[in-house]
Amino acid sequence: MSFGQLPYDVSHLLGGGMLLLSFVLLYQRRVGAVINALALQGGILALAAAWQALVQGAPQLYLTALIAFGAKAVLIPLALRTLLRRLDLHRTVETALGIGPSLVAGVALVALAILVVLPITAGSRAIAREDLALALSVVLLGMLMMITRRNAILQVAGLMTLENGLILAAVGVAGMPLVVELSTAALVMMLLVVGGVFVFQIRERFDTVDTGFLERHRGEAE
Amino acid sequence: MPLSWAVVFLPWAGALLLALLPRERPAALANIAVSAASLGLALFLLRHPGGVEGWTHVDALNLPLVLLSFVIGLTTAIFSLGAVGAERFDALRLRAYHVAFQVFMGAQALALLADNMGVMWVAIEIATLASVLIVAVHGTPAAIEAAWKLFILCGVGIALALFGTIILYLAAQPFVGHGDSGLSWTVLHGLAERCDPGVLNLAFVFLLVGYGTKAGLVPLHSWLPDAEAEGPIAISAVLSGLLLNAALHAVIRAKAVVGVHPGAVSPGPFLIAFGLASLLLAAFTLWRRRDARRFFAWSSIEHMGLAAFAFGLGGPTANLAGLLHMLGHSLCKSAVFFGVGHAAQLKGSQKTAAIGGLAASHPGLGWGLALAIGAVAGLPPFALFASEFLIVSDAAASRWWLILPLGLGLLTAAAAKLQILQALCLGEPTPDAATAPPGWTGRTTLGPIWAHLGLALLLGFALPAPFAALLAAAARIPG
Repeated sequence: MSFGQLPYDVSHLLGGGMLLLSFVLLYQRRVGAVINALALQGGILALAAAWQALVQGAPQLYLTALIAFGAKAVLIPLALRTLLRRLDLHRTVETALGIGPSLVAGVALVALAILVVLPITAGSRAIAREDLALALSVVLLGMLMMITRRNAILQVAGLMTLENGLILAAVGVAGMPLVVELSTAALVMMLLVVGGVFVFQIRERFDTVDTGFLERHRGEAE
Repeated sequence: MPLSWAVVFLPWAGALLLALLPRERPAALANIAVSAASLGLALFLLRHPGGVEGWTHVDALNLPLVLLSFVIGLTTAIFSLGAVGAERFDALRLRAYHVAFQVFMGAQALALLADNMGVMWVAIEIATLASVLIVAVHGTPAAIEAAWKLFILCGVGIALALFGTIILYLAAQPFVGHGDSGLSWTVLHGLAERCDPGVLNLAFVFLLVGYGTKAGLVPLHSWLPDAEAEGPIAISAVLSGLLLNAALHAVIRAKAVVGVHPGAVSPGPFLIAFGLASLLLAAFTLWRRRDARRFFAWSSIEHMGLAAFAFGLGGPTANLAGLLHMLGHSLCKSAVFFGVGHAAQLKGSQKTAAIGGLAASHPGLGWGLALAIGAVAGLPPFALFASEFLIVSDAAASRWWLILPLGLGLLTAAAAKLQILQALCLGEPTPDAATAPPGWTGRTTLGPIWAHLGLALLLGFALPAPFAALLAAAARIPG
């Protein structure tokens, strides 16, 4: 399977769409817009999983697609919006590294992912290796977002895109066992943290990180 | 149900039972009963013929670690009976605490017994989530801060480990076809020679960084001191003694698979580098700690680094030393956490300056803690002395130039520990807090401490022959 064949092209389009949204996540200045982009990325992930289910003839992946859509495109974004409103969090994105430099770093990470994955997987089928390069790019951009954004809610968003990348990788590897179970288990982690914030109403921690606050509570302040 | 699953599900069933008990003493006693029953069941694994059974397997490498987990689970439950009163939980938090403890114990056993990489990953994730819940249970800003750090850093860590798992499957895919066997450590070990070395390398890097985060290896360690210092007192013992072992065990399995292929990158130097970095950073950081529980959390980083270093050296002797070090560290360090935790309750603070002269004011506790700290510092006659001796002599024989950084780290860390031993146990006693825990809690502290010291002594100098044979067989597995 190669360029010009429908199964290959569509899965590339969807993977590329997820990567594009990872960049969209990086340049937003409003938390609300980040949540929208996150929901959209979840939706595309669901489409990508459904497409793989179709072309691989693996019906269990439809379940992954359904779960991804329900949780990542609808439920978690709604919950994050409610949190934003109810806890009255900061609406602007606070950066540790500016938007411009973050985007440059993002491009460098994508180049790194391609340079790492493509040469060593030369023996594998094209669809698996290029999907893997896209997925690794999404994973690395998720990590970049967690490092360069100070709002705790954006760290959760970064972890979620990181997981989206993982699931993209898992559904792209034909015949991978336990994909449904693994993707569900990964999702449980996100659901629990969002749920935990709801239950305990951790406003202080979920707002911006104040380093003075950290020092006081680490037991090491003078 | 196969025995290995029964060992996992018994604590989980116990968690359901504990969710129904809102009162402190009955719940703590039931927690002990569940832990004792789990240990009893786990002992039957000794008579298990070994080999793969569906998603699980029993071999010489995971058997001692599983038994150790349940021993420490039981002693921690006993210690918790005395310590839980001072935590002042309300009914909801008390239930959450006990449920999370037993969920953690089951997940820990599954993480060690899993033959399927996916199942192992899920188990480590469950153990992580349970430990996040336990650390956060007080709900104070410091506890939330620690739990948040644990969640975010370990979340990234286990996500990377999942990526490594997927890539390792990709490497094996041409040979295994469809079905669960593509994720089996045993099958992969047999196939690794035929896999593509480049893909194996990529998988190993992700598995090492991912599970290495959970094992507290530098530079991904920063969740560990917070989590162990801010959670409920009894929990430091299981976090330090068990969770780190499960993660390091996963790294060792990955090393065993990748090490088989002659064309793949040699995993040893990676482990040596991570191990030495952990040892040296922790050894120097120890001198600047003013919080006793944080001090010993940093010492866990140092010891995990040392064990990783031993497995990095490779070969039967160094692997044996690494395994012995994991076992000895778990026993001695949890004994220290019992002692320090109880002392912190007596004195009303866990600052080093507030705890002093324990040997004079509370002789049983003071001398027990002094021995345990000495054991952690690597003094004879305990297990860590034997393992550190083996590690140093093996390093000297195979790569002599490693002796300088290794010796520097070991001596600096040991000196820091002897200094804190003097500060906590000897010298002028500091005043007790106004609301000291009742006298009987001393017995639930001292029993576990002395039991652990006894076992560490046995491991160090009077290893029973069948157990020694088991460890020797285990030492051949990582390669």
